[in-house]
Amino acid sequence: MVPIAYFSRRYRLSAMHRLHAPSLTDAQNRATYGKCNNPFGHGHNYFIEITVAGPIDPVTGFVVDMPKLDALAKRELLDRFDQASLNDDTVFAGDFVPSTENLTIEVERIFRREVPKLDATGKLRLHILRIEETANNSFDLPSEIRTQPVLS
Amino acid sequence: MIFLTRKAEFSSAHFYRNPAWSEEKNREVFGKCANANGHGHNYTLEVTVGGEVDPITGFVVDLKLLKDILEEQVVSVYDHRHLNHEVPEFASVVPTTENIAVAIWRRLDGKIPNAKLHRVRVYEMDDLFADYYGEEA
Repeated sequence: MVPIAYFSRRYRLSAMHRLHAPSLTDAQNRATYGKCNNPFGHGHNYFIEITVAGPIDPVTGFVVDMPKLDALAKRELLDRFDQASLNDDTVFAGDFVPSTENLTIEVERIFRREVPKLDATGKLRLHILRIEETANNSFDLPSEIRTQPVLS
Repeated sequence: MIFLTRKAEFSSAHFYRNPAWSEEKNREVFGKCANANGHGHNYTLEVTVGGEVDPITGFVVDLKLLKDILEEQVVSVYDHRHLNHEVPEFASVVPTTENIAVAIWRRLDGKIPNAKLHRVRVYEMDDLFADYYGEEA
């Protein structure tokens, strides 16, 4: 019997966004999003907490080879979203509202697909993805819940 | 059932090495952590137990008692020690954060009166931690 453990790593990224739904009028957008609708946007230091689950390798003692997880996070998280405008520079350019809910859903979708490729056992998986937008706001998405970003 | 969490801290040295491997292989797999002299961390332990509230005391478990159990079973054994050299469970097991969580679970399981051990979380650093819920496969 091999213990199953959960390994978590936190990454920080800084990005700007503006919450504005194209399907709403300017007045409705202001009413819905308040100061988050400021036309020039605003930014956050986001913390992304990635929890993966799997058997502890009896030789290395690891659930996941952390440098591989860090490389995945660099490629799919930091290179794509850090120091970016979520509205203009990323997958959200276009019709998505880059709310942190939608960012969480997009990042979870990527890591749910990519984490199992990090080792050969086929047993490593994403367990939960958490994004803290500020110290007071956070979003958790367990990976058994399959969901899609919401189109505006 | 209500869950209750108690934190404790310990500062320990460790290294990651497999004695059956060459120096090169250890460096390749474990990187800087393979330094045979070791390095150290301030670990934070969070132990979560679940149980029913005692109608007289209002407690699930007496927190002072839980603190004493963590001190006796874990902190007094791990704190200011070299995990590889001085803690028996790591004589032949690599003291990764994952394995430390499992070892602490095994030290505590069944020793907390009136409550069931739910989760052992070990922070090696603010941005790296492992959870163990007693699962095996």
